[in-house]
Amino acid sequence: MTALSERDGLPYASVRFGGVTRDVCLACQPDVVPGDFVLVHVGLAIAKIDRAQAETAWQVLEQIGATAEVAVAPDGGGDDGSPGAGTREPGS
Amino acid sequence: MKYLEEYRDPEVAAGLLREIRRVVRSPWVIMEVCGGQTHSIVRYGIDRMLPGEIELVHGPGCPVCVTALETIDRAHAIAARPDVIFTSFGDMLRVPGSRGDLLSLRGRGADVRVVYSPLDAVGIARQNPDRRVVFMGIGFETTAPANAMALIQARRLGVKNFSMLLSHVLVPPSIAAILQTRGNRVQAFLGPGHVCAVVGYREYEALAARYGVPIVITGFEPVDLLEGVLMAVRQLEAGRAEVENQYARTVARDGNPIAKDAIAEVFEVTDRKWRGIGAIPKSGFKIRWEYRNHDADRLFEVEDIETAEPAVCISGLVLRGLQKPGDCPAFGTTCTPRTPLGATMVSAEGACAAYYQYGRSVPSEAAE
Repeated sequence: MTALSERDGLPYASVRFGGVTRDVCLACQPDVVPGDFVLVHVGLAIAKIDRAQAETAWQVLEQIGATAEVAVAPDGGGDDGSPGAGTREPGS
Repeated sequence: MKYLEEYRDPEVAAGLLREIRRVVRSPWVIMEVCGGQTHSIVRYGIDRMLPGEIELVHGPGCPVCVTALETIDRAHAIAARPDVIFTSFGDMLRVPGSRGDLLSLRGRGADVRVVYSPLDAVGIARQNPDRRVVFMGIGFETTAPANAMALIQARRLGVKNFSMLLSHVLVPPSIAAILQTRGNRVQAFLGPGHVCAVVGYREYEALAARYGVPIVITGFEPVDLLEGVLMAVRQLEAGRAEVENQYARTVARDGNPIAKDAIAEVFEVTDRKWRGIGAIPKSGFKIRWEYRNHDADRLFEVEDIETAEPAVCISGLVLRGLQKPGDCPAFGTTCTPRTPLGATMVSAEGACAAYYQYGRSVPSEAAE
């Protein structure tokens, strides 16, 4: 997301989607700032990507990969001791 | 930062597949609810990569596909009026009604326009004060905030010539309907990530508890989907039935409170008929009385329309996960994206369109 603007009383921003830039309404995500990543649906930003959650999620994925590598080695299998991918509830 | 491209990483996907193979013991049927997930699964061949114990079936989460035929026919009747500019998302234009589609109506002179956002339709209304501008407001909870914002904006700016023909549907009642269907085979769900980005997933916790079914809120990239399957299989193998959030980088448990407030301001829950599925109680939205001056259902008198579906089309069975597109005798022959018999062959989120687009032109049994 880049420049902020206003149109007919609603907050807008320019959002880059790959090589395409579109104006997106921020009425439901008024606190985002340039540099943030947002999820846009039919011209409206409906969610902000949570960087901390994204980092945590990626660490879990890397651990799953490492566990699965061990599991395919002889005697490496056994009980499901991998970190629970399902334990990543957002903070509520 | 890891948001999108990383979720297409083949090595990470391979690690997840190995872990799924390690964990799975029994045969399981898992439904991905959302049509966007279906397209990703078919595009990347995820269903064919999974161990034979796991079957993925495709859900009803394609808003264009489940919009009732009566609503489509009503839209055509309104769009045909000379005083109307009819606006819609693009994939609605080729959806077959009882008497053709909106695209052919436009070919016969109707003013039918594609918009990117419902807010754009409000802009068209302001630029054309002597015309009545109608927006076809369809979708699941994901689209509801934008449609609500358009109505709020039209009322605030006094755009009296703007109205919306609303046919909103809700995911949780459709999951309940599938679980109550005689012959249901679905044992777990990959929940709709973008729907839950708006409304959160507390309602899904009630479903998981009531029906004893695992639900994993899942994203749309290959790694998202494989991780969602892994989380669902772990629950199934352990006998758990909980809601888990694979898509935590985007989805919070309570969703987006501002978006939910906008929805509540404009819409209220009502019974809805789903194309191919039938009536489901409390499964959609209607426009509140306070916004009645922008409700096309109230503003336009339309003659009773006799609806007619092609007898051969099995899209209703596909939408409930009971059959797959390749099971249909018309698939890829008399029914193609250029000549669709059912909405599932039209939409970017329809299962039949996904199978056709990515070369699944053989019956599902032969593809196994």
